[in-house]
Amino acid sequence: MIQTVLDIVAIRKDFPILNRKVNGKPLVYLDNAATSQTPQQVIDTIVDYYSNTNANIHRGVHTLSQEATDAYEQARLKVQKHFNAEKAHEIILTSGTTHSINIVANGFAAILQPGDEIMVSALEHHSNIVPWQMLCERTGAILKVIPMNLEGELVMAEFHKLLSDRTKLVFCNHVSNALGTVNPIEEIIESAHKKGAAVLIDGAQAAPHIKADVQQLDVDFYVVSGHKMCGPTGVGMLYGKEAWLQKLPPYQGGGEMIAEVTFEKTTYADLPHKFEAGTPNICGGIAFGAALDYMNAIGFPAIAAYEDELLQYATEKLLAIEGLKIYGTAKEKTAVVSFNIEGIHPYDIGSILDKLGVAVRTGHHCAQPIMEFFKIPGTVRASFSFYNTKEEVDVLVAAVERARAMLL
Amino acid sequence: MSIKEIQEEIIDEFSMFEDWMQRYEYMIELGKSLPMIEPQYKTDDNIIKGCQSKVWVHAELEGDRLVFTADSDAIITKGIIAILVRAFSNHKPMEIIEADTDFIDEIGLKEHLSATRANGLVSMIKQLKLYAVAYQTQLN
Repeated sequence: MIQTVLDIVAIRKDFPILNRKVNGKPLVYLDNAATSQTPQQVIDTIVDYYSNTNANIHRGVHTLSQEATDAYEQARLKVQKHFNAEKAHEIILTSGTTHSINIVANGFAAILQPGDEIMVSALEHHSNIVPWQMLCERTGAILKVIPMNLEGELVMAEFHKLLSDRTKLVFCNHVSNALGTVNPIEEIIESAHKKGAAVLIDGAQAAPHIKADVQQLDVDFYVVSGHKMCGPTGVGMLYGKEAWLQKLPPYQGGGEMIAEVTFEKTTYADLPHKFEAGTPNICGGIAFGAALDYMNAIGFPAIAAYEDELLQYATEKLLAIEGLKIYGTAKEKTAVVSFNIEGIHPYDIGSILDKLGVAVRTGHHCAQPIMEFFKIPGTVRASFSFYNTKEEVDVLVAAVERARAMLL
Repeated sequence: MSIKEIQEEIIDEFSMFEDWMQRYEYMIELGKSLPMIEPQYKTDDNIIKGCQSKVWVHAELEGDRLVFTADSDAIITKGIIAILVRAFSNHKPMEIIEADTDFIDEIGLKEHLSATRANGLVSMIKQLKLYAVAYQTQLN
């Protein structure tokens, strides 16, 4: 086993929330796949912004406005660098993954013809299913689903069979939120491109663990949320290849996204502003940049290696509990353990865990088709981050054992 | 016993518990002992909306009294329903309509439930009262 090189004690000191108690017990935060916690460095950035810089951007002549604009554009460059986009204007700052996906879905409404096909994976979050269903209703396009197997992996042979000249767009998450499966997106992108289809990858669950290189992936669109990677809520990214972003029509009309307006005609602003109507989440964008700085200073390879250590440890300990079954046993997965205990509703386990200070997610994780596949109402999901410890895994395991004893 | 008396009895029982864990254990016990709803009534029509776990409620008049049977796929939820069934079942519809629901706050149930579960609790009470209204109309 790889031993961690991270100084977890020092890292935990960066996260003030980890000191708090819940129901009289020290908080054990294992709902990182829903949202990650925020380090002091990011909190300081937010406080500093509102204390010293707050102004509207891109138009003011005064100093504050220029400073805010500089800081916001600096954040865009950090995001560009992090995901290795070729150009800064290929980075659209959005309110999050859902917003980013809707920009692309709306854009494709102008491109798709009846009979065209859109493909999504069976492992999707609702936010990655509903916009495409709506798009299909609007355009007459047909939705195809890449199936999954019992391990929670995509059946790639089926994907290749479904892919055809009619496929215009393939959507897939990089990592499944419900199961933690890491999908073979390189293969998906390469094959889709051979048929002339565009590919959108939802990186929301991957981004906290894996540093994606959009140029190396040759992906057409890649989307993430800031709040899952130590940033604040309400900010995220849409990366799109320049050619695609120029082709897609704007999503929302408003200030910032226009070049010239008369009552006869409006010409749209250049990228990235064409997709950034209205006053954006300026502070959020700047804080998102600070979050990327924070995570990069720790280093993604070290984060991934340590989280994998936690995953192996938690998997082994949890499986020792009688009647416990883990859903999602893909060879490649991030630090997510989705489980149930035979004869017990996941919601009951979650309720007792909460009383013991352990924060997990219970339910269908906005992925009802996956729960339907396994014929279960939901799961208990523990998702780990680099600031979690093996001691916290032990607390989780003891809490699950206690819940089991109470509920059976 | 009147609904009021039953509710006071429940309040008394809960006042003996020192912490949430004992309350939960008691609710789990109640859940396990809840008389099962007849399988034919566990239909989608009888599911109460607003609960994260599935809750089925069936109401039937026996003479002039309204009898509730219920079930859930989650045991703590079942315990909560058991308390509600005990408080409201087997009474005249009008008594159910007019009954107070303050005892829920007094036994400290809401504060020990997650927000989604507390919403579910409100939905459940609403549903029981709606049944009572429907049957009262029928009796009239």
